[in-house]
Amino acid sequence: MADTTAPDSPASRTTPLWEVFIRSRNGLAHKHVGSVHAADATLALQAARDVYTRRGEGLSIWVVPSNAIVASDPADRETLFEPTGSKIYRHPTFYEVPDEVGNM
Amino acid sequence: MGGMSRSASAARQGAGEAGVGGMLHLPLAPPATREGDASGLVLALLRRGDDALILGHRLSEWTGHAPLLEEELALANIALDFIGQARALYTEAGALTGETEDQIAYLRDAPQWRNALIMELPNGDFAFTMARLLLVSAFALPFWRAACGSSHPGIAAIAAKAEKEVDYHLRHAAEWLIRLGDGTAESHRRAQDAVDALWPYTGELFSPDDRALVEAGIVPDPDGLRAAWAATVDATLVRATLVRPEDGWMQSGGRSGRHTEHLGHLLAELQFVQRAYPGSTW
Repeated sequence: MADTTAPDSPASRTTPLWEVFIRSRNGLAHKHVGSVHAADATLALQAARDVYTRRGEGLSIWVVPSNAIVASDPADRETLFEPTGSKIYRHPTFYEVPDEVGNM
Repeated sequence: MGGMSRSASAARQGAGEAGVGGMLHLPLAPPATREGDASGLVLALLRRGDDALILGHRLSEWTGHAPLLEEELALANIALDFIGQARALYTEAGALTGETEDQIAYLRDAPQWRNALIMELPNGDFAFTMARLLLVSAFALPFWRAACGSSHPGIAAIAAKAEKEVDYHLRHAAEWLIRLGDGTAESHRRAQDAVDALWPYTGELFSPDDRALVEAGIVPDPDGLRAAWAATVDATLVRATLVRPEDGWMQSGGRSGRHTEHLGHLLAELQFVQRAYPGSTW
């Protein structure tokens, strides 16, 4: 099979990449499950159905062109995410739950 | 499919004990599906079941060869839908003849099969495979939709399941044929060639079933589905910028057991294990 991942390969031009999101039977939100190659949005939806819902996984599918997703730069990881590591008070674990509330 | 019948494996064991080759003990072709003595309802069930199994087998041949991983799974999914339909129809037919679904699938020779010829033609290129799926599905959808109202509960239940499956097959094939026809010069040429080559095989889809079954509301009359089929096919061909071939002489024979040479080769692969190791189970 031709390499369809190289950005300038013929396959990436004729069948670009789409990210697939599925809402499961019990879930409220669409969750990212993977990606498919397809020529256009209609075929991408069909491909997502054929690849990712073979075992009754979903009730709804979203597909989004992969190149429409704006991603954070992995090099920014320390700047963006490390400062939160020391702020444990943001987790709701410092409240005393009154006995009357029972299980939360 | 499931294991072979008890009697077939018993015959195999008998051969082993006698110390002679199993050939003498090969189970005979099941009587009810021999040439000429199938009842109307059995024949109607076999026609639909054989259509499904033969086309399902053809689509399964794409496994490992599809142009895209996504399409590989799509074709395998569709093949499995067809094989599931065949199993249900054979089980229904076998309830009338006393055979198992495996006996019906694995122990009949080409003249005993009742599928339309269009199902057994080799896959050709991707355009041919998609054009065939479109032409067949455009018939199968209104057929199963009508069969949902069958007075035979078994057929109505099979139809209710098959209708949803075939609805997707039709959508998938139509979307592809539109893109191939309205694509590059080469994909257009291949799509048009495929439609032209397949057209003479479409007439057989409408060959009549037993009159009494139709009048009793057990199976739909295929001849009554021509308008629905033509509407679907014509609309797709227009969007695909393909030319509808002239209706000319139509091929036939599959419904009465006269097949192309391709069916024998297909059955050689489909039936190999049961022919080489009669009664084997897994």
